[in-house]
Amino acid sequence: MLFVSQLINGLQLGSIYALVALGYSMVYGIIKLLNFAHGDIIMVGGYIALFTLTFGQHPLIAAALTVAGCTVLAIVIEKLAYTPLRFAPRLSLLITAIGVSILLQNLAQYFFSATGRSFPGHLLLPQGGIALGSVQVAYTSIITILTSLISMVILTILVRRTRLGKAMRAVSEDQDAARLMGINVNSVITFTFAVGAALAGIGALMYSVRYPLMFPTMGAMLGLKAFVAAVFGGIGSIPGAMLGGYAIGMLEVLVTAVGLSGWVDGVVFMVLICVLMVRPTGIMGRSIMEKV
Amino acid sequence: MLSVTNMNVYYGNIYAIKDISFDVAEGEVVTLIGANGAGKSTILKTISGLLRSKTGSIMFSGEDISHTASHSIVTRGLAHVPEGRRIFLQMSVRENLEIGNYTQPGSTMNERIEQVYERFPRLKERRKQFAGTLSGGEQQMLAIGRALMSRPKLLMLDEPSMGLAPLLVEQIFGIIRELNSSGVTILLVEQNAHMALSVAKRGYVLETGRLVTSASAAELLQDDSVRKAYLGG
Repeated sequence: MLFVSQLINGLQLGSIYALVALGYSMVYGIIKLLNFAHGDIIMVGGYIALFTLTFGQHPLIAAALTVAGCTVLAIVIEKLAYTPLRFAPRLSLLITAIGVSILLQNLAQYFFSATGRSFPGHLLLPQGGIALGSVQVAYTSIITILTSLISMVILTILVRRTRLGKAMRAVSEDQDAARLMGINVNSVITFTFAVGAALAGIGALMYSVRYPLMFPTMGAMLGLKAFVAAVFGGIGSIPGAMLGGYAIGMLEVLVTAVGLSGWVDGVVFMVLICVLMVRPTGIMGRSIMEKV
Repeated sequence: MLSVTNMNVYYGNIYAIKDISFDVAEGEVVTLIGANGAGKSTILKTISGLLRSKTGSIMFSGEDISHTASHSIVTRGLAHVPEGRRIFLQMSVRENLEIGNYTQPGSTMNERIEQVYERFPRLKERRKQFAGTLSGGEQQMLAIGRALMSRPKLLMLDEPSMGLAPLLVEQIFGIIRELNSSGVTILLVEQNAHMALSVAKRGYVLETGRLVTSASAAELLQDDSVRKAYLGG
């Protein structure tokens, strides 16, 4: 029975990593940028949820404001920091992303102070749980797992079936060819950032409930682990990010369960190193052929 | 229909297109011929807005499009089939055509996809396959079909015969003739000067970014210097 409860535990954590990894992977897929500010957007989302809930907003309104806040923030960052670098070398873009990450962390420290605050998870999701046989399953686990599954189904339909989703795939494959088809590449890139950030907003809510201590650098480690998940699954691939997220979540829970909780972060980054050595394109990644 | 005046294009410090002016009238097939690196593709990319000219104007259907974004140029009826086809390899044949329809209403899309299938039956057979699995000739058909989805008034083709077997080259040029007789104006860039001049009404000869000759296709086919340089004597 311990196994079942750990499985659910792992799925819950994996769902969060998957949501965050999707944003990493989609942005990488479309402009080949590792958006290291992605984790910090989640931090901002966490604070938005904290404040709206503390001020007595309805949980659904708080959730909507969090998702909207993350989306708007990502659009602003993309327009101000990344759009001017559209034709700059990729390294400039990467360094800018790290700069945006540091900026967000320091702004948060300035406005919210570096002291940790506890997140009122009970105001967002119902407490308690249901008994599945002899296993007690928390509502928060069920809601987290279902919400991320639904988000991923919607995302998959968006990308595979809709006109905008097809435009995203076209832009990620060949920007100039997409322009020649009449696609406004800049808008599609902005839209991709927005979708990634909306998923991050949902992730922020779920993460804050699970780890209810908010501090300005809370997004950094989450972002890095989601990055590992994206690389593990094959960065740029949407199903890969989902798979990678669940794999990393399960792995963390497994490592904790065998009594090595102090080693969790180390094991995750070992996975990154192993993936980069053995199969740098990840599980679902295609080998990239550089054009001559 | 298309009138380019004083086009000057630079790649960084490299002066690629040197003060070129030419025009294409409605209903014509006009060809730009020249050796590799003469600047043919650069001219097409500048017309479709992927590159910018430092000076001059590009008039299309009475409007200056020299500062218009690429994606809006397509909407005005100017389609560009780029060098190397540039189809979306990780999308299916049908999805490529759907992307070609991006500027057009969705309500008539299926009808126009059927028209493309009629013109290129091979594409219909392979509609569910990834475009990356197509042969070179099929990829070229897809690239042309995809461009036709935007209902162009002027179609610019960049090296449509590149890398194709002679039989397929004949087929592609047959299609270019058909398209032209169905009312599409064509600007054709080719290294295969012989084929290009056989379908074109007029031609321009480019050498290292400059226009050196402009004449009717028949005259160019007889011109000694052109024959020596581009038609194998």
